[in-house]
Amino acid sequence: MLVIAAFGIIVAGFALRLNPLAVVVLAGLVTGIAAGMAPLAVVAALGKAFTASRFVSVIWLVVPVIGLLECHGLQERARRMIAAVDAATPGRLLAVYLVFRQATAALGLIAIAGQAQTVRPLVVPMAEATAERTRPLSHKTRQRLRAMAAATDNIGVFFAEDIFLAVASILLIKGFLEANGIVVTAFAVSAWAIPTAIAALLVHGARLWRFDRGLAHAPA
Amino acid sequence: MIGLPQLYLVAGAMFAAFAVRGLSDRSNPRRVGTAAFWTLIAVNFLVGERLGDVGNGVIVLALAALAGTGQLGQGSAVVEASFRVAAAARHGNRLFAAALIVPAAALGGTLLLPATGWVDPKQVTLVALAGGVVLALAVCLVWLRPRLNEPLDAGRALLDAVGWAAILPQALAALGAIFVLAGVGRVVGDGIGHILPHGDRFAAVAAYTVGMAGLTMLLGNAYAAFPVMTAGVALPLLVGRFGGDPAPIAAIGMLSGFCGTLCTPMAANYNLVPVALLGLDDRYAVIKAQVGTALPLLIFNTLLMNWVAFA
Repeated sequence: MLVIAAFGIIVAGFALRLNPLAVVVLAGLVTGIAAGMAPLAVVAALGKAFTASRFVSVIWLVVPVIGLLECHGLQERARRMIAAVDAATPGRLLAVYLVFRQATAALGLIAIAGQAQTVRPLVVPMAEATAERTRPLSHKTRQRLRAMAAATDNIGVFFAEDIFLAVASILLIKGFLEANGIVVTAFAVSAWAIPTAIAALLVHGARLWRFDRGLAHAPA
Repeated sequence: MIGLPQLYLVAGAMFAAFAVRGLSDRSNPRRVGTAAFWTLIAVNFLVGERLGDVGNGVIVLALAALAGTGQLGQGSAVVEASFRVAAAARHGNRLFAAALIVPAAALGGTLLLPATGWVDPKQVTLVALAGGVVLALAVCLVWLRPRLNEPLDAGRALLDAVGWAAILPQALAALGAIFVLAGVGRVVGDGIGHILPHGDRFAAVAAYTVGMAGLTMLLGNAYAAFPVMTAGVALPLLVGRFGGDPAPIAAIGMLSGFCGTLCTPMAANYNLVPVALLGLDDRYAVIKAQVGTALPLLIFNTLLMNWVAFA
């Protein structure tokens, strides 16, 4: 009953494309009440956790810098620079970005790039410029290219960050196993992240290569 | 010592400034609702500690009500495209140098600041990132000589384009806390433990990896799914009954959860925020672009665990 209350609202809300913020807060209220908490206690618990999690929103401090530089031509400059590189295609550019994201994330450098910091101001304009060199992009293809750029950023970080010893998930794994009486070294856990990181590079790299081929044959 | 309290004051001041500037932006048809939204977030950042849990909870409800009833909007573009093209030609590659100040400061600060003792060691990267923003703004103000409120208006336009998605990750963290209080994870873990066929090792491995991905999709976070699935399936069955090695099981299990993160709108900061940032028509466009990588990797993880953890 509890699980149905919690997940039913979320799945239905997202499937009906209602506003996700409203869906999430409503799901929190209903789940808490279904679990037998007093309504005011649920509101308090929501407020407490929301306030304790403010650190996830601190990243928005970058928007004045990105916005100002975009007003002064950062995206246009990125387009012009990459247009001078003859070998660049959208797929190759994103593959280079994938390798960069994996290599830096494996060293623990996750916050040096991201959707707001690099994908929107640099990676997307560059990828679009390389695609537009041969012919104009249709609206649909442009949307697919942008989504692929965002996906490449996520995939690069996700499957390489666990190679770094001190990342949150490795510490969580180590701590959880220890609490259950199993002692492992952080290295023993993080080393097992390497095969999947290589697989991610191969699988997503192959998809980017196919993406280039699809662009060449797509109707303009 | 500089840590989260100081960062919250700076971020709160920024949100408050966005609200004030936005209220006079006549190009935004919903400027009142938009300003109210950022004002509430500013209050939560600036005086959240003093409001009490119920007060902050009322803010969360009000934010959800504003977003759910469509009160948020955005103004028209800050500058013309022709101005941007001319500026790009004039400033050249120095624009990249300015754009790299923030990441370079985040990197340098992460490496150097812990030794100084001035900064909360747990928040070094965020503090360095904020320092990089201040430094980059100072450089840009001297070099580009914009109007003083230009960074504010440009930042506000960017954040208004993201809209409610900007604080969805924070709201999801609050939902996660309710799930913990209500014991949702335990119910799911017990349920999966009961329905598994006995004696089939590969079925148990697949139940763990696919279960990690599935529960992560529902909870929006592999970190929340990991304790539930590992205590419910991996430790009793894979380690206990089949004698598997816990290090690769746990490591690959977590990575299986990340496959689920790529496929769910509940992981808003990865999958929904870029949709808003990049102006995509389809809310699930990024998820659709990721499924083709996530599914093969989930299969790879399942086979890998079955192969290496029981050697």
